[in-house]
Amino acid sequence: MLTTIYALLFYGAAAVLVFGLGFRIWQYATTPAPLKIPTTPAPVTKGGVVLRLLREVVLFESLFKANKWIWVFGWLFHAALLVVLVRHLRYFIEPVWTVVALIQPIGVYAGFAMVAGLVGLWARRILVPRIRYISAPSDHLMLLLLIAIGASGLVMKYFVRTDIVALKAFFLGLLRFDWQPLPADPVLLVHLGLVALLMIIFPFSKLLHVPGLFFSPSRNQVDNPRERRHLADWAARLEQGEG
Amino acid sequence: MSERDKDMGGESTELSAEDFLDPLEIPELQPGVMEDSKPYEAAPEFQESLGFPGELVPDWKERAIAMIGELRDKYRGFRVYLDACVKCGACTDKCHYFLGTGDPKNMPVARQDLLRKVYRRHYTFAGKYMPWLVGAEDLTEEVLDDWYAYFHQCSQCRRCSVFCPYGIDTAEVSMAAREIMDEIGKGQKYCNEIIGKVHTIGNNLGLQKPALAATLEDLEEDLEDDTGLEIKLPLDQKGAEILLVTPSADFFAEPHIDGLLGYAKVFHAAGASWTISSYASEAANFGMFIGSYENMRKVSLRIRKAAEDLGVKRIIFGECGHAWRVAYSFLNTLAGPFDFLDQRYPIPQHICEYTYDLIQRGVLKFDKSKNDHIRLTFHDSCNIARASRMGDKPGGQFEIPRAILRAVCNHFYDMPEDTIRESTFCCGGGGGLLTDEIMELRKKGAQPRMRALQEVAKEHGVTHMAAICAICKTQFAKVMPEYGFAMDSIVSVHQMVSNAIILEGARDGADDDDEDEE
Repeated sequence: MLTTIYALLFYGAAAVLVFGLGFRIWQYATTPAPLKIPTTPAPVTKGGVVLRLLREVVLFESLFKANKWIWVFGWLFHAALLVVLVRHLRYFIEPVWTVVALIQPIGVYAGFAMVAGLVGLWARRILVPRIRYISAPSDHLMLLLLIAIGASGLVMKYFVRTDIVALKAFFLGLLRFDWQPLPADPVLLVHLGLVALLMIIFPFSKLLHVPGLFFSPSRNQVDNPRERRHLADWAARLEQGEG
Repeated sequence: MSERDKDMGGESTELSAEDFLDPLEIPELQPGVMEDSKPYEAAPEFQESLGFPGELVPDWKERAIAMIGELRDKYRGFRVYLDACVKCGACTDKCHYFLGTGDPKNMPVARQDLLRKVYRRHYTFAGKYMPWLVGAEDLTEEVLDDWYAYFHQCSQCRRCSVFCPYGIDTAEVSMAAREIMDEIGKGQKYCNEIIGKVHTIGNNLGLQKPALAATLEDLEEDLEDDTGLEIKLPLDQKGAEILLVTPSADFFAEPHIDGLLGYAKVFHAAGASWTISSYASEAANFGMFIGSYENMRKVSLRIRKAAEDLGVKRIIFGECGHAWRVAYSFLNTLAGPFDFLDQRYPIPQHICEYTYDLIQRGVLKFDKSKNDHIRLTFHDSCNIARASRMGDKPGGQFEIPRAILRAVCNHFYDMPEDTIRESTFCCGGGGGLLTDEIMELRKKGAQPRMRALQEVAKEHGVTHMAAICAICKTQFAKVMPEYGFAMDSIVSVHQMVSNAIILEGARDGADDDDEDEE
C-alpha cells in the first residue's frame, strides 16, 4: 500500500516536474523579445553571452556585486545542493558512476552546508527589515521546505538510519517499472514526501528562476543592435500592416 | 557666485555634517512616506491624441488584468521577470529613490510586486486558489493608486537590473505598468503631452520651424562674436552629409546650449557638412517612458523620414541619455533598415563617438588651460551606462566621454567607484519624471549622486560635473542648489570641448569673459 502510494507519487511528481518545466521553457522560448535590452556593458558576441550566463550560473556574479551576505548563503546553499544531488544519484544508478563514488565523502558535509546556507537566508529574511517587508508566507515556507528536506536527510544519516539497500531497490524498481517494497521508516517517508512536493511546486513557483535566468533578455542578449536588425514577428506584422 | 551658493547650502542639513555622507547609506523603512507623490494626470485631449481613452474606463479592472496577459505574451522580459523573482533582497538597497526616501515601495522588488501581486492573483495557480500564501491581491482602487504613485517613482534607470541575479529589470515592469494605465485612461500629463507635441510638431518643446531657425541664427551670431568665425548651425539643409538629432533642450536650456555650440565647433573644425532637421528636431523619445512600442516607433520614424528627405549619409545623436538608448538599441529595430545611409559609419553614431574619433585622428586641437578654472567630474547617465554602448568595446560608453574630458581639461576626478559606470545613479529626474509637481521626489532621488559629488568636492576640490544627457542637465541645474552647488556647476561634455577647442583663424581670448553670462 505504502509502496504503491509513493510509487504513484513519484511518477506523478516526476511527470509534473518534467512536463511543467518543459511547458514553461516552451513558453519562455516562444514569447518574443521585441527589443534589445541587455544590461550593458554586455557581451558583443554569442560566445561572450555564454560566458556571461556561465558566470551567473556558476558564480552568481550579479548577486556577488549586490550583497555579499546573500551571496555567501545563496551560493553555499546552491553549490551544496548540487553536490548533494549528485551524491543522491547513487540511489538511481547501478553500477554507481566513478564521479558519484568520488563525491561521496564530501556529500555529507555538503548536507550540512546546504542547511547552513538555508538557515542563513532565512535569518536574513526574518531579521533584515527590507527583506522581511518583501517576503510572503510562501517565501518563508519555501525555505522551511528545503530545510526540512535537508534536515530529514541528515537525521537519517546520523540518527535513524534507513535500509538504504532496500531504498535503492525501490527507486531502481520505479525506473524499471518493477516495483520493489519501500522501507516504512517515518523519517524516510517525510523526506521523500517533501522532495515529491518540491518537484510538484517547482513549475508553479519562484523556483522558475532556474529556467528564467537563461531566458532573461537583460542577460542573454548579444549587444549588437547597430550591427544586426532585431525584429520580432509581431513588430514585423505591425510594419506590414502599414505597408 | 559660488560663495552665495555655499551659503545656501549651509542652511540645508545635507552639508552640516562634517564627515562625508555615504551615498549608499541605507535608510530606515518609512512605509507610505511617498504615497502621495503623484504626477498630474493627462487631460482627455492628450490621452486621445495618442490613441488612449480620455479618462478611466468603466471596466478598467478587467482591461488592466487582460493587458497584463497581453503584455506577458508580447514581451519575454516581462513574462520572465514576473515569474523569476525569488525575493532574495539583492535589489532592495539599489534604487536612488529608495535611498533618498526610505519608502519601502521604492525598493525595486516591492515596486515590481505592486504589479506582480495582481499578476499572481489572476495568472498563477497559487494566486488563484491561495492568494494569502503567495502575496497575491485583487486589483482595487488602492492598488491602482499605488501603481500610479510608485510606477512614477521609477526612472527606469536599470540600476536594480545590474545587481539582480536574474537581471530582472524594474524598468520593463514600470513601462508595462504605465502602458496598462495609459490603456485604461490613466496616463501621465508630462509624458503624454510631450509625445503629442513630437507627433504634431517634431520636438518636445513644440518649437516651430521659424522659431527654431531664429534661435539657430542667434547662436550663429554669438559664435561669430566669440570667435570671429562663421560657424554654421544649418537647418534643413538638403544634401548635407550628417543629420544631427539632438534633444530640443539643446536649443534653449542651459547648460545644454553650450553643448550644442560645442557640436557646431567640432563639425566646423572637422570641415563636416551637417544639418539639423526641423521635422525631426528632437532626439528624446518619451514613447519609451510610457512603454509604448507604437509611440516610440512613430517618433523614431520621423528621424528616418528626415534622413531620407534631406538625403543625408549619416545620423549623429547629441547628448541625451534615454534618447541614446532608443537610438543605439532600438532605432534599427523601430525604423530600420538604414540601407540608404553610409554603412562605413555606425548607424546611428553618438556625438561623443564622433568627437573622440576626431581626437584620435589628431583632427581636433585643444588648449586645456581654457578649462583650468574648472575641476571636473563626470556623471554617467543611467540609460547610456546600462542600456547602450559607444565604440566597439563593451564599456566604451564609460571610457569615450572620459577620454574626451581628459583631452580638454587638466583637472578630472572620478566620483567613488560604486557610484559611477555601471553602478551610476540616476540624476533623479529621468524616465519621464522631470516635472515640477514631483519636485520633492526629484530632490530626494538626487541624493546619492549629490553625496558622491560632495565627496569629490571635499577630497579633490571638484567644482563642476559634466553630463551627456539633457534630462540630467536640467534636473541637476534645478536640484544642485539644494545640495550646496551652484546651478551652473553642471556642464555639457561638449561645453568643455567648446571651451578648449582651438579653431583655425579664431580670435583668441575674446570669449573668456562673455561665456559665463551668455
